[in-house]
Amino acid sequence: MNWVITTFSSSLGKKLLTALTGLFLCTFLVVHLLGNLQLFYSDEGLAFNTYARFMTTNPLIKTVSILLYSSILGHAFLGLYLAYKNKKARPVSYASVNNQSVWASRNMGVLGTMILLFIVVHMSDFWYEYHNEDGFPFKEYKVELLTGKVSTSAKSGLDKGVYVDYVQDGVRTVIAKDLFLECKEAFEQLWYVVLYVISMAVLAFHLSHGFQSGFQTLGLNHKKYTSAIKWFGLVFSILIPLAFAAIPVYMYFS
Amino acid sequence: MSGTMNLTLKVWRQKNKNDKGAFATYQVKDISPDMSFLEMFDVLNEQLISKGETPIAFDHDCREGICGMCSMYINGRPHGPLKGVTTCQLHMRSFHDGDTIVVEPWRAQAFPVIKDLVVDRSSFDRIIASGGFVSVNTGNTKDANNILIGKEDADEAFSAAACIGCGACVAACKNASAMLFVSAKISQLAMLPQGDPERKRRAENMVETMDEEGFGSCTNTGACSAECPKEISLEHIARMNREYFGAKFTSQNVK
Repeated sequence: MNWVITTFSSSLGKKLLTALTGLFLCTFLVVHLLGNLQLFYSDEGLAFNTYARFMTTNPLIKTVSILLYSSILGHAFLGLYLAYKNKKARPVSYASVNNQSVWASRNMGVLGTMILLFIVVHMSDFWYEYHNEDGFPFKEYKVELLTGKVSTSAKSGLDKGVYVDYVQDGVRTVIAKDLFLECKEAFEQLWYVVLYVISMAVLAFHLSHGFQSGFQTLGLNHKKYTSAIKWFGLVFSILIPLAFAAIPVYMYFS
Repeated sequence: MSGTMNLTLKVWRQKNKNDKGAFATYQVKDISPDMSFLEMFDVLNEQLISKGETPIAFDHDCREGICGMCSMYINGRPHGPLKGVTTCQLHMRSFHDGDTIVVEPWRAQAFPVIKDLVVDRSSFDRIIASGGFVSVNTGNTKDANNILIGKEDADEAFSAAACIGCGACVAACKNASAMLFVSAKISQLAMLPQGDPERKRRAENMVETMDEEGFGSCTNTGACSAECPKEISLEHIARMNREYFGAKFTSQNVK
């Protein structure tokens, strides 16, 4: 097994792991965004809240989420460690520098650190509270299956593990934690919306370099595909953060 | 003289490896725009010698842009402002009368300054010695057509072999990474049948030595390729990554 350690502790090996975790996190962004888009529904959060329940209890999703958390930590740790080593590779800096590279590509460490801080804030607000808080609000939905009419009522004081979803006499009753309400309340605060929009701009810059850089590190550079990867990476790095940022802005104004 | 230039030079002066070093400012007068940058330095050094001062030490050899000896980080860019050109092929017509030019040595942990603008690039030699060669049978010269090589492969190998090992890639990289250099040397031999017998060992050993020498790692900024006087492409770095992992996962070397 010696060679495995040698391989992944070499500079190229650490880069490979950074690229693999980074690209995996890109796929996570897509899944996370698709879920979040349900916040645009005007259904008082029925779709979003049942989705949140599914994502936190499904065994397959829970298994993948372990991979996700370790990828975030691994990507951050490797990135910071490489940034530190790279800094040490030039102990005396130049008096004058005229860069011929793109700004984002030179500042991946700073951008990544800002994203990490954002993730900490983001998770301690929604993820941690959803999982652990005792007084978390609940909502009861009654959906008339024939007419599609939905009536809701807020519930509180329920045990944090409660989830109800059944159909009786043509009425679907759902009682779920009201994460939708949490989002709504959070994004009524302007500074919070601004924090999210800025963080998504930071993410956009990080992705604009990171996406195509990941493929290069994997050795996937080819006359036929590299221009397509770069183009797709640019579109990806603009569209995904834009869609994420649109959610708090939409909630603030509605 | 008409059409000549007067310039202010801020040059890094450092007595030896252990000296702290500092910038010194010099004035040069009546510089012809047709002089090369190094010839302008020759003029400055003549001035210094006639004043009894120590001339500025700088590396140079062929002055034809092919040996890779000259270095100099000029106004924030290795080999100065032009694309695909070494310092010796940079001419004073690229500057304007009255300009202030800042000249620094390559800056990298693995390239310690020996004196003034001269850095020790023997870390590159050690990387080459660890695998950048082919073991050939001695004896009569073989017929060139014995081994058939596709034109495209030959061209690609040649584009990598154009690397003169000057170290501008390391100087330009914000991480002082040597990956463009190492990848060119690995690529050049990986594309050719002559390089095949030692292909895996070469990739493993050269990357290992590169890490040991204290170069940074690549963050794909592309600054190296943009500043390379031989315009070595980033494709070679991708190929090095493939070569290295291909070797690591399939070679007989278990260490």
